[in-house]
Amino acid sequence: MFTVILYIIATGLLIASYLNDRKKTKQALIKAWKAFENILPQFITILFIIGIMLSLLKPETISRLIGGESGFSGMFLAAIVGAVTLIPAFVAFPMASSLLDNGAGIMQIAVFISTLMMVGIVTMPMEIQYFGKKATLLRNSLAFGFSFLVAVIIGGVIQ
Amino acid sequence: MKKWVFRYKFAVLMLFVNLGLLIAYPALGRESFLHTRDNTMEMLYIIPPIFMILGLLDVWVPRETMIRLMGERSGIHGKLIGFLMGSMAAGPLYVAFPVAGLLIKKGSKLSNVLIFIGAWSTTKIPLLLFEAGALGWSFMLTRFVVNLFVILLIAGLTEKLLNASDKEDLNKRAQTLST
Repeated sequence: MFTVILYIIATGLLIASYLNDRKKTKQALIKAWKAFENILPQFITILFIIGIMLSLLKPETISRLIGGESGFSGMFLAAIVGAVTLIPAFVAFPMASSLLDNGAGIMQIAVFISTLMMVGIVTMPMEIQYFGKKATLLRNSLAFGFSFLVAVIIGGVIQ
Repeated sequence: MKKWVFRYKFAVLMLFVNLGLLIAYPALGRESFLHTRDNTMEMLYIIPPIFMILGLLDVWVPRETMIRLMGERSGIHGKLIGFLMGSMAAGPLYVAFPVAGLLIKKGSKLSNVLIFIGAWSTTKIPLLLFEAGALGWSFMLTRFVVNLFVILLIAGLTEKLLNASDKEDLNKRAQTLST
């Protein structure tokens, strides 16, 4: 649904661009392709890694990892799992929901969701290509640390 | 040709890993290929409009305009634009990096680009709606509000902790990467 809106915006802009300046429009499309081709090797690598990861790490395995232990060690484990894995949101949210129904702690789930979204160990090489090592490491470690704060607040609000 | 092989070496390596998996554990290997295929299809669906907009931005928006909108002295407006751009996006975080590269190249303030990255990772609107459906509105809203501050903090701290030469290196990367 949202992607459809993006398509409408992109097509609209492209038509407006074409009506104004055909040469510039051609240039824009070439730049779009170049920017894509630039990152394509990493995209392909990541797509294979996600495939292998999802087939090795079944939802049941992840559930056992983050649903089992409680307390801080449980939170830490959940944070690590979230940081390392690359699970699409449409898999992660229903999984988190069923984990909660099965008695997993809210803070463990919250920290898992948080690091899953903000920290990307597997995609770090790609991030480094654009941001450099230092900025990438800083952003990811800060995101990892703050995920605990987010989780503790969510745990406090939702009882 | 040699350059091409070098650039794709990890992609080819992962293909062989997956093929190895298919030979050693046929069921697992097959499943892995199917996951990769599904994810590839989804990516191919999401990517065209994002890169089309990226190309058009690159050609039509002059550096001066970008500096005014998201540069060093753009103030709260720059933060807001970064936040809204990231929230209106679609797709996984790693699709955001090339867009971020372009924003840096055009003269955006680093912390504003990091706000864009933060928003793309955690406050994308379609994601929030899905999250509310699965985990409830109070979970989603609490996470959203706390993350507004966390995104600002991460962006501000990351920029503060980088020195001048780090930033210069970052700008150089942006100039060479997005042609």
